[in-house]
Amino acid sequence: MSAAPQKAKAGAEKIDVLVSAVVPLNDLVTRFEFKRTDGKDFPPFSAGAHTVVEMQDEGRTRLNPYSLMSDPADTSTYAISVRRDDQGRGGSLFMHQNVSQGDPMVITYPVNLFALDLRARKHIFFAGGIGITPFMAMIAQLERSNGHWELHYAARSPELASYATELKAKHPSNVHVYYDSENQAIDLGHLLEGQPLGTHAYVCGPAGMIQWVHTTAAELGWPEDNVHSEEFLAPQPGKPFQVRLCRSDITIDVGENESLLEAMERCGVDAPFLCRGGACGQCETDVVEHSGTFDHRDHWLDEAEHASGEKIMPCVSRFLGETLVLDR
Amino acid sequence: MSKFQFPESILSRPVYGTLAPRPGKSHLMIADAEGAEALLELADRDENLMANSHIIYLPKDTGETYVDRLRAAGPNQLYVGPSFAAATQRIRHVLGQAHMGLQVYLTGTEGLIGQAMNEATAVGIPHTAIQTEHRGSVARRMQCVHCKGITEDVTTDPFVCSHCGLNLFVRDHYSRRLAAFQGVCIDAEDPGNVPDPVELYS
Repeated sequence: MSAAPQKAKAGAEKIDVLVSAVVPLNDLVTRFEFKRTDGKDFPPFSAGAHTVVEMQDEGRTRLNPYSLMSDPADTSTYAISVRRDDQGRGGSLFMHQNVSQGDPMVITYPVNLFALDLRARKHIFFAGGIGITPFMAMIAQLERSNGHWELHYAARSPELASYATELKAKHPSNVHVYYDSENQAIDLGHLLEGQPLGTHAYVCGPAGMIQWVHTTAAELGWPEDNVHSEEFLAPQPGKPFQVRLCRSDITIDVGENESLLEAMERCGVDAPFLCRGGACGQCETDVVEHSGTFDHRDHWLDEAEHASGEKIMPCVSRFLGETLVLDR
Repeated sequence: MSKFQFPESILSRPVYGTLAPRPGKSHLMIADAEGAEALLELADRDENLMANSHIIYLPKDTGETYVDRLRAAGPNQLYVGPSFAAATQRIRHVLGQAHMGLQVYLTGTEGLIGQAMNEATAVGIPHTAIQTEHRGSVARRMQCVHCKGITEDVTTDPFVCSHCGLNLFVRDHYSRRLAAFQGVCIDAEDPGNVPDPVELYS
């Protein structure tokens, strides 16, 4: 009974839900809880998974990935926490301004690109700001299996440190919180150096923090396989460009404020995707012909692939120049 | 000849690299016989490496050939022992006390590399993070798939299982868990029809 439904269309299978609660946590972050419209249980998920939330914003479909932060053992509810980004593309603002309790929404089956490595002797979590969300689920999962973990959580100020108080109250000896406003900082080198063999580190937060953890760990001789990270990129706006999709036999225009993937979807092309944030690799597309410059922004392709001009990740990457022909 | 280029084989067969110094505050090096040469070359490549290194060395039939040179390379600790079994307690103790960032270097025969690899992965070091370099004998540690007994230092194919006496064909099929290649009865259909043994890779 565990098999997911057969995939007929791009993206993970969808679930109709009702917003069961909207809980503002502080000035920037609000938690949204969902129940299934059909009253059934949600599929179980492994901690670290995300769901893609579909938002119907005045004729435009927004699809944003959010980490599931509820207890994976509770299949009656899924919860996400959304940080409002006033400078963003509008998805998080839509959630904050237009979504209320009782609203019907569509979300996808969970997809996990940031799973716990259960072979680990110990798990050490590094969270920055809203990056706390996947760790909420991971902590719940590890508490049930008696896992050995600790959390180092950096936030701007006590007011903006979502869930810090509740985590600290429940797990006083495992949770360490650091506030920028009080000039506190994670003593990363010292922490990484002292871990027992078989420890796995996980980081979720701003790009700079993720880079910092990877670099410091590598300098201290940590194996690459023991450091896990997740960063969803929001597609950045850019100059409009034109693309020829040779398999679909159409030429489409990509607007300034939409991604290549979104433009393809708008024109009715069923392009594959999962995370929509440059991390999962699902939307990888072959370039048939190009004359111009790629603006690669994903974490999936390596440098050589970026330089080759043979592949592009349409969820976040763009193009500048005369012609671009894709095998789609 | 201490270096041997193994021909390409099935996916199961381990492949070995060349040891290179890696960043880290402590280093564990486990070697047997001619593996000492790889450690000496490693020491030449980074003059600061040995001061933070613990060497566990099993000379086997090379006797004293390399011991003085290893000592002269200046490791923080050097243990010279008669067998892997004799060194196992020490290896476990070192790994038990170690922290993340420990670098593990394994060199010498396949039996040594495989068994030491098992000790290191058992404490949570991913096998992809452990460096290996084959040196010396191409002898293999073989498991008889029939009686499950292990025969060490097998140099011919076929060979006789040291436990049950069956004539075993030497396969490239390797078990990481057992740190041994699989030996399969070669004359099961026609008992006594056993090809003449040939030296491995001769």
